[in-house]
Amino acid sequence: MAHASHEPQVVVLPPNKEKIKKLWTVAGILLFVTVIEFIIAFTMDSGVLKTTTFVLLTIVKAGYIVGEFMHLKYEAKILFWSILIPMVFVIWMLVAFVYEGLKIGEVNFL
Amino acid sequence: MAHTAVASSASEKDLWGGGVSPMGASYGKLMMWFFLLSDAFTFSGLLITYGLIRSSHSAFVGDHASFVFSHDYWPVPEKVFEAVPFLHGVELPLVFVGLMTFILIMSSVTMVLAVEAGHRMDRKAVEKWMLWTILGGITFLGCQAWEWTHFIVGTDVPTMMNVFNHETGIWDQVPVFGANLHVNQYGPQDFADFFFFITGFHGFHVFSGVLLNFLIYYNTFTGVYDRRGHYEMVEKVGLYWHFVDLVWVFVFTFFYLV
Repeated sequence: MAHASHEPQVVVLPPNKEKIKKLWTVAGILLFVTVIEFIIAFTMDSGVLKTTTFVLLTIVKAGYIVGEFMHLKYEAKILFWSILIPMVFVIWMLVAFVYEGLKIGEVNFL
Repeated sequence: MAHTAVASSASEKDLWGGGVSPMGASYGKLMMWFFLLSDAFTFSGLLITYGLIRSSHSAFVGDHASFVFSHDYWPVPEKVFEAVPFLHGVELPLVFVGLMTFILIMSSVTMVLAVEAGHRMDRKAVEKWMLWTILGGITFLGCQAWEWTHFIVGTDVPTMMNVFNHETGIWDQVPVFGANLHVNQYGPQDFADFFFFITGFHGFHVFSGVLLNFLIYYNTFTGVYDRRGHYEMVEKVGLYWHFVDLVWVFVFTFFYLV
């Protein structure tokens, strides 16, 4: 084994059962919320309430993906807030532009 | 505040003075996070513009059963996206896009399992989960290719629409099949344009994600990370892949559901 010294000594740890179970639980929640969204899509009348429900459910899904899958929930607090706080601009821009769009619609289609 | 919980030996001043990671993450991982933040702004730009244009159009009023395609109002998405491969003529609203969502969420799960295996230095498991993730990504892209083709080709029955004839200078009533960047049988032209730009930009991200995932798989297979002593690259590319899934969650809601 002349090459033995070049090969790294790798110690493989056994699967973390608890962690893996938790990941599948999160996956289950994501799929469950998607199914709920589907049901709402066909049973609820279009309107502010339906849109609000969709937005809230989407935020729930986004929270699980970013928090658990991307592990942000467990990162240092300063990293957590460095990523989340700039999102305020996005929310403001969304509110401002959708409002603007509704006003443009009023002018165009009167 | 002389001492923080981050490191007992580092004072507040030393924390940002170098030598330690105040954010508890490596340079590469941090840069991936901030890249993703900037990418989130880009996608937000697209989605917010979509929100602006859509809210400026009138919405379809009335019973969904009586819905027909028209330039006069924004289409109801479930009436546009109701086809499934091999089931021609069967109306299955949002089923195919639901399947695509399922595939992308599952590939996100296999990715996070690859990251978990990487933490344990388990090369075989990383290889296995990376292959599943790549398969999920390719399947999603295939679905999207079908979806685009269907959207471009159009329905069996065309929509009669007023199209401006540049030769004669008058508006002609012509049958329109499908959509592209010039005509759109499903509704206002902006609807088709946003469909192509938003799902296209997302699809391009999926495509680059698949390439990156393959690179990670290749490096894992050839033992690069075993020699390096850690599998942090799996984690970094994993962040990107989850982000692609995250964007799809928003596209799914705002383009297909609302």
